[in-house]
Amino acid sequence: MFLDASGSAPMTNRTLEAFHAGLADGWADPSRLHTESRRARQLVDAAREAFADVLGTRPEHTHLSHSPHTGLERIIAGIFAARRGRDRIVGTAIERDATLLAAHHLAGGNVTTVPVDTLGHVDLDALAAELAVPDVALAAVQHGNHEIGTLQRLDQVAEVTRSANVPLVVDATASIGHGASPEHWDALVANPADWGGPSGLGIVALQPRTRWLPSWPEGDDWAPGGVFVPSVLAAAVALQERTEQLESTTERLRGLVARVRATAATWPGVDVVGDPDERLPHIVTFSCLYVDGESLLSRLDREGIAVGSGSACTTSTLEPSRVLASVGALSHGNVRLGLHPGVTEEQISRLLALMPRVIADLRAEAGAPEL
Amino acid sequence: MSADQAAAADASDVTVDATGLLCPLPIIELAKAAKGLPAGTAITVLCTDLAARIDVPAWARMTGHEFVGESRTDGEGVALTVRLR
Repeated sequence: MFLDASGSAPMTNRTLEAFHAGLADGWADPSRLHTESRRARQLVDAAREAFADVLGTRPEHTHLSHSPHTGLERIIAGIFAARRGRDRIVGTAIERDATLLAAHHLAGGNVTTVPVDTLGHVDLDALAAELAVPDVALAAVQHGNHEIGTLQRLDQVAEVTRSANVPLVVDATASIGHGASPEHWDALVANPADWGGPSGLGIVALQPRTRWLPSWPEGDDWAPGGVFVPSVLAAAVALQERTEQLESTTERLRGLVARVRATAATWPGVDVVGDPDERLPHIVTFSCLYVDGESLLSRLDREGIAVGSGSACTTSTLEPSRVLASVGALSHGNVRLGLHPGVTEEQISRLLALMPRVIADLRAEAGAPEL
Repeated sequence: MSADQAAAADASDVTVDATGLLCPLPIIELAKAAKGLPAGTAITVLCTDLAARIDVPAWARMTGHEFVGESRTDGEGVALTVRLR
């Protein structure tokens, strides 16, 4: 069973059908003038309208990029270029690597990260203090955190950025498709793969007031070489499907997450991470004392259960998760579940029944003392 | 690290050398050393795996002990001190 739906999720039949229809009808280059191209272009335009509708902006301010990563890079670069003379970028300590890498690359290391509390909420006073210095080009604040699930209070964040006249870039790559879209942002980036669309596509939404300049050679073309039309169509259909079922799915997944959090909290030496209420409905994270994260993932994989982890030994860099470090959570033995709409109560019951034995076995193997 | 913390680290009663061990092993060594020691004992763990900088304070919080502070060691690592409660 797949419980790692964070950044990617299984595609539904309806999404797969849309993808196939896109291959059949949208194979032509949308930028040419003949009928076949026009058909492909209509599919992209309709999809862009659907994205704009969910994100709360207009289609002409909704851009497609080759990935959420490049979308973040481009909008950060575009706003930075339009804010000539302001050369510092401010972000939270728990932003994605893609955001902070883009910021460091552009600002030559002139990047300030604002701390978060133990639940993962950004320190608003510290943010206001940073933005009070008039050298800030933009502020990057996530909507929902991809590792611990905490939702930022973007209404309060936006009050701070607005009163400082600093554009607010919101990484919504973990939240769109899982709840109401955020209302407070100047630029927003979404990830279709996260809501069960194909990977290799990013969406950048802007407000009409948001000023940006292309800092890349292709001018206002956000996806040089074009986007893959079947992916765009499938992403729009997947989002529509999620949106139609949002209320019932969200409520059900929120219940499963609450059950996992409550149960995990009763296991000895287990640290449940993130805000209990103000959170994404489908992400749940906990860390197990004295347990090696890699062994835990392998053991669950042998049981046919796929989960994620932010523990150092499970990352490509062998560095502990910056997010877990920022909230002071235990970084080893970390388990992160991402629940897609197909996850059942029975699957969660099986995981919860299995976990205490797996944790006890791994602790015994490592020679850990009794808790 | 404050002067108080430095003094506390100097006054450690027990030192656990977890140099070269990867997480969670330094924390397991710390927990083993803590077993049976009286409240008030200070334990300093020497680590080269920097995940311990996150995990020693988290261990103290989860097990009801006090995290005193950290200092750099002569080599690559850190010395992390807790006080048992």
